[in-house]
Order: sequence, then structure tokens, then C-alpha cells
Amino acid sequence: MAKRIDISGLTAYYGSHKAIEDISMTVEPRSVTAFIGPSGCGKSTFLRTLNRMHEVTPGGRVEGKVLLDDENLYGAQVDPVAVRRTVGMVFQRPNPFPTMSIFDNVAAGLRLNGSFKKSQLPDIVEKSLRGANLWNEVKDRLHKPGSGLSGGQQQRLCIARAIAVEPQVLLMDEPCSALDPISTLAIEDLIGQLKERFTIVIVTHNMQQAARVSDRTAFFNLSAVGQPGRLIEIDETERIFANPSVQATEDYISGRFG
Amino acid sequence: MASTTPVDAPPPPSPPTQPLDAKSGSTGRAGDKIFLGLSRGSGILLLVIMASIAAFLAYRASVAISQDEGNFLTTFDWNPAGNPPVFGIAVLLFGTIVSSLIAMVIAVPVAVGIALFISHYAPRRLAAPIAYVVDLLAAVPSIIYGIWGALFLVPYLEGLNLWLDEFFGWTYLFEKTEIGVARSLFTVGILLAIMILPIVTSVSREVFLQVPKINEEAALALGATRWEVIRMAVLPFGRSGVISASMLGLGRALGETMAVATVLSPSFVISLHLLNPGGGTFAQNIAAKFDEANELGRDALIASGLVLFILTLLVNGAARLIIARRKEYSGANA
Amino acid sequence: MSRTAVQHQQNKPTDPTPPPTDSLSGRTLPRWAPLGFAAGAIALGCGLGAAAGWQSEIQWGLVSAIFFVVLSYVTTSLVENRRQAKDRLATSVVWVCFILAVVPLFSLIWVTVSRGIKVFDGYFLTHSMAGVPGFEAGGGVYHAIIGTLEQVGLATLVSVPIGLLTAVYLVEYGGGALAKAVTFFVDVMTGIPSIVAGLFILSIMLLFELSPSGLMGALALAILMLPVVVRSTEEMLKLVPNELREASLALGVPKWRTIVKVVIPTALGGITTGVMLAIARIAGETAPIMLLVFGSQLINANPFEGAQSSLPFYIWEQYRVGSEASYDRAWAAALVLIAFVMLLNLVARGIARWKAPKTGR
Repeated sequence: MAKRIDISGLTAYYGSHKAIEDISMTVEPRSVTAFIGPSGCGKSTFLRTLNRMHEVTPGGRVEGKVLLDDENLYGAQVDPVAVRRTVGMVFQRPNPFPTMSIFDNVAAGLRLNGSFKKSQLPDIVEKSLRGANLWNEVKDRLHKPGSGLSGGQQQRLCIARAIAVEPQVLLMDEPCSALDPISTLAIEDLIGQLKERFTIVIVTHNMQQAARVSDRTAFFNLSAVGQPGRLIEIDETERIFANPSVQATEDYISGRFG
Repeated sequence: MASTTPVDAPPPPSPPTQPLDAKSGSTGRAGDKIFLGLSRGSGILLLVIMASIAAFLAYRASVAISQDEGNFLTTFDWNPAGNPPVFGIAVLLFGTIVSSLIAMVIAVPVAVGIALFISHYAPRRLAAPIAYVVDLLAAVPSIIYGIWGALFLVPYLEGLNLWLDEFFGWTYLFEKTEIGVARSLFTVGILLAIMILPIVTSVSREVFLQVPKINEEAALALGATRWEVIRMAVLPFGRSGVISASMLGLGRALGETMAVATVLSPSFVISLHLLNPGGGTFAQNIAAKFDEANELGRDALIASGLVLFILTLLVNGAARLIIARRKEYSGANA
Repeated sequence: MSRTAVQHQQNKPTDPTPPPTDSLSGRTLPRWAPLGFAAGAIALGCGLGAAAGWQSEIQWGLVSAIFFVVLSYVTTSLVENRRQAKDRLATSVVWVCFILAVVPLFSLIWVTVSRGIKVFDGYFLTHSMAGVPGFEAGGGVYHAIIGTLEQVGLATLVSVPIGLLTAVYLVEYGGGALAKAVTFFVDVMTGIPSIVAGLFILSIMLLFELSPSGLMGALALAILMLPVVVRSTEEMLKLVPNELREASLALGVPKWRTIVKVVIPTALGGITTGVMLAIARIAGETAPIMLLVFGSQLINANPFEGAQSSLPFYIWEQYRVGSEASYDRAWAAALVLIAFVMLLNLVARGIARWKAPKTGR
């Protein structure tokens, strides 16, 4: 479980547009790393390079290395499908499969791989739903459509779906931005529990959230609109918020841009 | 559809029958009334046309059927000029349905494949031109499909027919018991399949393109291959759209006249040996028998046309209802 | 900073030893593999076809397609794994479907052009069939072109105003039960077979004892054209931004003048496109002409009286004669018709593209 990620010299493009440039950092296992920064600084793009979802976008292309423990995700023989199975992802808007039941949603990833016994399936689904703090709310309606749940429940369903395949890393792209404060709190609690088992990377617009949930925080910025985003600094969350080493970080955190 | 209709602009969201407001001068008011009358009249005229199509056909058909000495539904013959006049639609109904079904069986999977090709497989720069080329298939007039089918496709299919007979003759369907060129219901089915391909493709393609990106990404992020993404997210979402697209195609195939009339060598027999020449369809029979028809003959053809009209009405109506239901469903979810 | 430029998806099989199965990488086929499969399958299909002496290229093609699909699946499942193989299978099938659709289109256009060019010349375009026995060479298509232009023109004159007004009603005044019914029946009307429209006018003709003429055919064509015009105009009117209507109404302009002076002009490009596509569709209709206009070998420029010909009907007529010369004429007329229809399509789409930004899409 829970591998470490070493990124070195990573640059990502959309066609000819350079979205992020030359990013190097290390993400520690069994911890929460938060990405913060202004809109358009490329933090979501960067997150999507970590499970090769970036290249799904037309024109998306990546240079550089992402080492998961010691294996380069962008190695010549690496299968992106295997990467995405190992590095799970939760999206900004909850996106359960609308035509599937709650049970089938959680089981969807497992069924793809087929490396389990049929009889184990209910156990794994239950474990995953418990892992996502959703079991008690849905155990009586597992075979109802997932789209009938509230937004916060849907997002936890998506987390259950992602952790059911036992990934090494869990990427979260602003998982709470579409949710109300109570659901947000539930997800944040959940993140605190999940980091015992997974390496978690979370992109957030909400600095309080970054401060609450993360162990380390990375600040991204761009020098001007249209310029590629860059990593400004990464450090222990407490230090970033209390005493960042770069002026731009302090300006951003205290609400002063420029 | 109706839900996205722009609402009358200014404050009183009054029922559409009322013009703007008392203030808007008398000329405007009269103009509004006239204009509304004209446009509503056109809408009503359209309904009147539909109703009178049904009424006129039904009237002439009743004249014909009352003089039919055979059973209109079960007779295997078309001889309204005989004494006594005998004609029935059994063969035509069979031929119409069988040829359309063959067309569906061939066209729907291929059309879904092309739609997926355009929406999910083709290189991005190629997708639009390919969609355009497929739309061009729809623009070719049916008579040209007809002569292409009769003068080019039929000789080409000869070999395939022998082959099917040899290897699949045991299925009964593909057993060729009569000698003769491939002017069979099977050939007609292939030609109809080519002709309905564009409509089924374009409707399916629209639906596949509407699949929410976030659902596809969810599947991808679980480690799904492209095919698995399509199976998990695209096909379930698009199923009802594909069904209604197929029914629209079916409606086209049922009523196609010229392509069938040129290719088929008609005969009044019912046979499930699809490769044998012979059989007939409603539209083809009308085209073939019209020239030498006497007055009762024409009415008899109109009667068969009424059956075809009802058939296509049912199929198209069902297709439209499915589409409308789907729209409401996806609209509520958006 | 050492930067290894890694172009993803360029999975070159450099390392022959398979990595352990729980790792991220696996053995992959080279990128050119599908092309290789295709080449191999075509070679196999054609070779087998030639060896067994199958009569037509259709079998060769089908066998090649089957080989292609099977070869892709088997090789991928041997080299990679079952999931990748299924994925590859789906990709191959989808490609085969695409080719299956393109082949008939190109064959049809190729056959029409190559056979039609034989007798297609200035003489063919400017002469009728007067005095030419069907089975002999000579004659032309002039009378049919006149017939088609007149019938299509009349049908357009009838259906465009009604269609336009109906669409205005649906978009600008709609919402009630009547509008819902009209919308539904417009959709259903789109599916009316052309021969049924012909029979409808025929039954009116029988009732009022009218004789066949271009006008009768045009009325049937108008019925076929009407729903297409309504549908496309409706779509275009819906694209007109509401702000435009509100701006005009707020100035105190009556609603009808707003529609005539603001809404319709804004959507005009799109409406024109729709009308032209509808014309292209009815120009190729044969069945109603057969029932209602009867066909003629002579030039009859009066669409209100007497039999006329039309291009699609001419093709049908020449096909029925069944001689080499008449087939040549049928193909040449098909070439004229297809050129006319394609030209309408191209121009219509050109207008749509040219006008598109202005309608705010």
C-alpha cells in the first residue's frame, strides 16, 4: 500500500500551449499533500499528470518523470490503464455512473479487473463503503441508483468506488468545491482517516481546508496569464501557512496578490 | 424542445394567444393579431394535412376493400382487375417487414460502430469530415441507390449468395432453392441497410457525444480501457437513443420505394428462403402495379398504402416518444 | 536539470523480457501493429479468394475483415492480455464498420461518374427524348431538368411560407397543447414515405377528377418538404438570442414586427441552409412523380397542365427500358441529379458555416 511519488522535471502541454513547466517534488506516502494556488496555475493539470489522465484531453502531452516508488509512470512499456488502477482519482463534481446502482458503482472498478472471487464482492463493497463513511447511510438501498443520493453522499460514493480497487495513491481534484459545508466536513474527516492507508494528493481552492487536512502543502503560481504554471514551494503545511520561505506564497495566503 | 422555447419577452408571461399589451398602438395590435393568426393557421394546416392524409387514404381504401372478393389481409394474390377482383397484402406485409428487418440487423450494429468511431475512435481532425461523408450518403437520391443496386450490386452479390448457400444453407434462411439472379429480399435488405445507415448513425452519434465527460473520466480513472469506458459509461447512457435511432431507420426502410422497385424481381409468394428471387413490399408493389391499374386497382393500391402509412406512423411515433422521454429524463438530471 | 523527454503512447517494445505482472508495465504490441494486422488480413483474404476462385471482391473484403478482427484479437491476447485484447477487438470492429460504410458510398459515386460520363455532354443536357425510341442511343434530359426545376420550385413556394410560419408559431407563440401536437406531428410527418404522400394527392385527384400535372407532383413534394423546413427553421429561430427580442420589444416595437424585422433576419442564413437541404431531399424523389405527373418524353414547360418528366423519374423510365443505350442515359441523368443534389448540399453547408458566428453559436 501507499507508495511515494517522485516527480522530476515535469512539463505538460495542451497542444502547443505549455500548461505547467519543470515541476519537481516528492509526495510522501501515508500523508496528505495539498496543492494550492490561484486559478489557472496548473495545479489540476499537474494532478492529472500523476495518473496519466492529462493525456486523455485532446492535445495533452507530458515530458519528464513521475516515479511511483521506483517505476516511471511515463516509461516506454507502461500501460496507462494499469497506472490509473494504481493511482485512483476523485473528481471535482461527484460523478457516479448514472445507470448503475450504488452497489454496482462501487464494484465497477473491481469488475474490470476480475481478480477476485464473486462471493467476495459484497464484502469488498461493504468494506469500501465503510471506508468512505457511507455504509450506514446506504446499506438499505444498495441496489438503488447512485444518482439518488445527495451531493455529499455521491462524492463519498465516488471515494468508495476509488478505494475499492485498493489503489496506492488517491488523487482528489477539489473534491469539496461542489458541496455544502456539512458534506465538506464529512469528506475532510474521511481524508484524515484515509491517509492511514493511502498516499493522498488533494487540490483545493480553500486555504482553510488545505490547512485543516494536509501534512504538506505545495504552492503553485504563474507569472502572467498565458504563462505556464510553476511550483513555487512545497513544505510542511504549518510552515507554509505560518512562515513561508517565498514572498509570493505569503502574499497569496494572506490574500495579497502580486 | 418545447421546454427550451424562448419565453415571450416582456413582463406579462401571458398565454401565447394574447398580443403584447394594450399600449402598443392599434396598428401593432392588428398586425400582431393577423400575424399570430397566420402562423397559428399554418400550424393548424399542418395538422389538417396529417388528418386528411389518413382520411383520404382510409376512404379510398374502404372503397377498394368493400369490392375485394378475397381476404384483404391473408390473400396471396394481387389481381384487382380480375373477375372477381381478388387482392391481399399478406405477401407485401411479409416482404416489407422481412426486408426491413434484414436492413436493421445489418445497419444498426454497423451504424453504432460508425457512430462510436466518429465520437470516440477517429482521430480528432478526421471526425468531422467523416461525419460529413456519412451525411452525404443520406443525400443520395433513392433512385440512384436503386440503379446502383440493380446494375452493380446485384451481379456482385451473386458470388456471396452462392457462398452463403454453400456454408449457411443449413440455416434454411440462406438456402437457395431457386436459380436466378440475386434480386431477392436479402439483396433488398442489404441495399436498405446502406440507405438507412446515415440516419441511424447521425442520431446515435449525437447521443454518444452527449455522454457527460465526467462519467467517461470516472471510468478511465478506475483503470478502464477505451472499450470498457464505452461499455460502462457510453452505451448505457446512449441505449434509448440508439433504440429510437433504429426505429427512425426502420421507418425509412419500411417505406422505401424506388430502391426496392429497381432491385427486386417481384412475385406473390412468401418464402423464408431469403436468397431466392421474389417477394414484394408495399411501396414496390405500388410502383410496379400503378401503370396498368384500373380504377379499382388504384384504390386497392391506396388501401395497401394506408397499411404502410399506419405502419410507419406507429414506428416513427414510437421513436419520437422514446426520444422525447429521454430528453426529459436527461434534462431532469442535468 | 536532466530531462528525459518521454513521448507517451509510443510504446516501443525494446525490452523482450516481460516485467513482473504486478508492475505497471506489460508487454505491448508496437504502434504499427493494427496496420500490420490489416495488411496481413488483406493479403490473406485476397490470397484465399484468388486461390478458391471466389467470384466477387465482396467475399474477399468480408474475409479480409474477419481475418483482421480475429488476427488483432488473438495476437493481442497472446502478447498483451485479455482486457487489452477485448479493447483491440472493439477498436478493430469499429474500424471495420467505418470502412463498411465508406466503401458503398465511394463505389456508388464512382460507378455513377464513370458510367454517367459516357453520354453526358452538351447535347444530352439540351435535348429531350422526342422521337427517340427508348432502346436506341441519342436523346437527352432537357425536358426532365425543366420538370424537376418547376416541380421543386412550386413545392418550395408552397412549403416554405407555411413551414416558416409554423416554425414561428412554435418558437415565438408556442407552449400550449396545439404547439405540442404540431411539434409531435411534424416529427411524425418527417417519416411519411414519399409514396404515401403521392397516394394522398392521388386520392384527392381521383375525388375531384383532376388530371396529372407537374403541380400535383409538386404538392406531394411540398408535403415531404414541409416538416423538414419546419424543423430546421425551428432550430434556427431558437438560436436567436432572447436579448435581441427583448431589446426590440422594449423599444415598443410590436411583436410581429420584432419577428419579421429582427428575429427572422438574424436566423436567415440558417433558414436558407435548411430550405436548401430540404430541396436537395425532394429533388431526388421519384415515387410521387410516378403517380402524379406520369412522365413524358416531350418538353412541357407548363407545370399546371399535362404530363411532365423529372430527373429521378427519367432515370427510372430509362432503367425500365432495359437496353444498353437507355442504361447509359439513366447513368448520365443520375450524374446530373447527384451533381445537383451534392451542389445544393455543399452550398447549403457553406452558407451554414459562413453564417454560423452571427447566430451566436
